[in-house]
Formats: sequence, C-alpha cells, structure tokens
Amino acid sequence: MIGLPALYTFTGLIFVAYAALSVARKRFGNAAFWGLLAASFLAGDRFGNFGNGLLVLALVALAGTGALRKPDVGDQAEDGSRRGNALFLPALIIPVTALAGTFLLPNSGLIDPKQITLISLGLGVILALIALYAWLRPPALAALEEGRRLIDAVGWAALLPQMLASLGAVFAVAGVGDLVGGIAGQVIPHGSLFAAVLAYAIGMALFTMIMGNAFAAFPVMTAAIGLPLLVHGFGGNPAIVCAIGMLAGFCGTLMTPMAANFNIVPAALLELKDRNAVVKAQVGTALPLLACNIILIYWLAFP
Amino acid sequence: MNYLPLIGIAIVVVGFLFRLNPLAVVTAAALATGLAAGKGLAEVIAILGKAFNDSRYVSIVWIALPVIGLLERYGLQQQARRVITRFRRATTGRLLLGYMLFRQLSAALGLTSIAGHPQTVRPLVAPMAEAAAERDTELDEVTRERVKAMSAATDNIGLFFGEDIFIAIGSILLIVGFLDQNGIHVAPLHLSVWAIPTAICAFLIHGARLLWLDRTLKK
Repeated sequence: MIGLPALYTFTGLIFVAYAALSVARKRFGNAAFWGLLAASFLAGDRFGNFGNGLLVLALVALAGTGALRKPDVGDQAEDGSRRGNALFLPALIIPVTALAGTFLLPNSGLIDPKQITLISLGLGVILALIALYAWLRPPALAALEEGRRLIDAVGWAALLPQMLASLGAVFAVAGVGDLVGGIAGQVIPHGSLFAAVLAYAIGMALFTMIMGNAFAAFPVMTAAIGLPLLVHGFGGNPAIVCAIGMLAGFCGTLMTPMAANFNIVPAALLELKDRNAVVKAQVGTALPLLACNIILIYWLAFP
Repeated sequence: MNYLPLIGIAIVVVGFLFRLNPLAVVTAAALATGLAAGKGLAEVIAILGKAFNDSRYVSIVWIALPVIGLLERYGLQQQARRVITRFRRATTGRLLLGYMLFRQLSAALGLTSIAGHPQTVRPLVAPMAEAAAERDTELDEVTRERVKAMSAATDNIGLFFGEDIFIAIGSILLIVGFLDQNGIHVAPLHLSVWAIPTAICAFLIHGARLLWLDRTLKK
C-alpha cells in the first residue's frame, strides 16, 4: 500500500535533484539548504527528535545568514505560439488526478485512504511529467532544472509554513493557548451581548493573526468566550456562533504574515518586491468582512 | 500563573515588525517559549525537531514545481496572456471576479486542491490579470505589483469563504469535534449552511473592490 513514506521518499529525491543542480551551478548555499531538506524527507524518521532539531537549526542558520542566493533566469525554449492552447491541458493533469484519486481510489486497497489527496497529488505530478516528456521532448534534466529555478525564486519562504506548524506544536506543549484564553476570558465586560459578540469575533481574528491559523485559535477562543458567554450565558445557537466565529478567524488569516503559505509564499512565487504585498491587498476585504461576521453572529445566533 | 511562555508571541510580533528573517524569528520564538515553560535547551530542540519531522507533509506541495516550470519553459504564461488579450471585455477586475466565483463554488464542493498559488495563480491567473491591465494602459511598477498581489488575494478569499460550505472540510470537522467534547452535538450540515451568509458578503465586498480596481486602472 502506498502511503506517506513513499511520498516522502519521492519528495526527498526531488530535493536531492534541486541540491545537485545547485552544486552544478556553484550555488553552494542553496545546495546545502535543499540538501538538508532532502535528508529530512529521506531519513527524518531515523535522525531522532534531537537530531531533527539540529537539522532545523542548521536550515535556519543558512537562511538567516543570507547563504541562499537570488534566483537566476531560466531558458525560455518557446513563447507558447507554437503549442497554443494545448499547453493548458497538461496544466490540468495535476488537479484532475488529485480530484479523480480522491473520489476513485479510497477503497482500492492500493493507497492509504487517510492520505489520499496528497498521494493523488504525487501521482498527478508523475503523470504530468510523463505526458510532457512524451509531447514536448525537452532535454532530460529540463523539468528538474526548471523546478530548481522556481524553488530558488521562493527561497527560504518555502520552509516557512512547515516551521510555523512546528511553532504551533511548541506553543501547544508550553500551554500558550490556555494562557491567552484565560486572559481573554477575564477582560470581557459582563452583561452586554453585543460586547461579548465583539470580543469573541475580534478575539478570533487577533489570535488567528498571532498563530497564523484559525484552527489553533478556535478551540482557545471558543472555550474562553464563545461557549461560556455566548452559548451558555446568552443562549446563542452554538452551530451559528461557531461556524461564523471560525470565519471571523479566517478574516484574521488574511491579515497576517504568519499565515505564510497563503500570504508570504505567493508573494515569493509571484516575485513581488514587497513581502507583505498580498496581506496589504487583503486588508481592504478582511476588515469589512469581519464587521459583517460580527453583525451576522449578533443577528442570526440570538433569536 | 506563569505568563512567561507568552514571550514567544512577543518575539514573533516584534520580529515581523522589524522585518527580520521570518525563519529565524519563528525559531527564536519556539526556543524562547519552550525555555520559558521550564524545559531544558536540549529538550526544546528535540520538541522542535519532532514537530518539524511530523509536519513534513506541509512541504510536499513543492513537488509540483518541475511540472509548472516545464510548462513555463514552453510558454504557458505567454499563451495565457495571449488568450486574455483577445477578449476585449475581459478586464482585470472582471477576470478576477470570475476566478473568485469559480474558486468559491469549487471549494464549496470540496475541490480545494484543484487551484492554488503554484497550480493556477502563478502560471495562469496573475499573467492574465496583468495582460488585461496592460491592454489599456501602460503599467508602472507599483500598479503591476498591485495587480499581481490582488490576483493572489483573490485566490485566498475565494478559497477561505467557499471551503466552509463543504461539510467534510477540516475546519467544519474541527468545530464538530470541539462541540462534541463539550457535550453539544451538531451535524456538519448545520454548520456549513451558516457559512453561506459570510460567503455572499465576501463575494460582494471583494467583488466591489475588484471592479473598483478596474476604474483606478483606467485613469
């Protein structure tokens, strides 16, 4: 059965290729960075927790000291006029495979059903590469060379989402969520329904901005304010309070660099000069939408 | 109560304000939080290492880059631009509005991974939005950045305020599980229908901003 270990090996091999191609171009800092990440994917389970911790510190040291060089310019083979709209078809192979795999393969016994979407994504990459090599007949290493060029354009930001997920785990061990929930529960004025709704929705957005993730903020804020005050105190409908409260958190996700995979990674992918340009573009939607969520909870949850 | 572990939050906020390298800021915050909670340095490093190793699935998405890069080598971005310049009525704002509707509706059906920043925004949506803006006016560097950033923002907003309408998405299951632990039983469908009013508000607010973007581009 194909599960995460096989996918990790495949991912590790791709990062090995990024590292090797970086060496070939004398970009040694980049080579060390992608090489360490390759080692993590290929053998992370054998390093032990402390060993993995040292690997993280080494990766961060490389990124923090500016060892990664700026991206270089790739070779443009064609300008698209020769292949025309047929170029859009291979671009669809990955999403279509991810979709088909998610629906068709869960009970096949071939694939770990818990990881079906990620593994279908990997299958889609392989199918797309086969189709592209058969059709375009590029030089043998072209796909990996282009992949290396793009990952260098993203740079250290490629690792930020995984690092933030790790920070969330450390916060959980240290009990940070309970501390914030305790403080939030103490500062709310009692007696006013609208003030309580305001505190819950804004608290969700703010704590999501700090954690970079509404999933981390939801249990803390709902246990501190949502359940005791809004549901048990004022008799609010729990489904409405929670559903819209979560969406108030999503408004926070739009306004924070901590939500790296949504806000920082795309800025790097699109090669924007301002790292926070995507966040700035989103604030104008997020703030009025947060106000809408506050009004919606107030109107809908309390008959 | 020991409030010292909150130092990690302070480090993150200050680090981002002063635009230090985020990887270094996050690592410093993790180490400081662990130490403040009374753990030894070696123990904190081990906790961080375990969390990092357990979170590797987050970085799998980068295996798609060879496919995207190869398509770009053969002119995918230029072709996307060429297609959009043929449709005179497809302005930047209308194009992004249409993309947001597609993203919200497909996410509401649970199809969150069929689009995204590496898969669709970089190779298709952003070049198309840029080309549509370029057709009418000369783009300066600031405006070009704004159009690209708005393309990424539109993908995020469409995804966030569509996916919660689907009953089997992570956030809905998290709410069901959390309420269950607290003795309140709700069906996923009863949660997901209450995501619809916010989804409509998001479409109206962001849609209005996109059409406004068109007006500012014309000047």
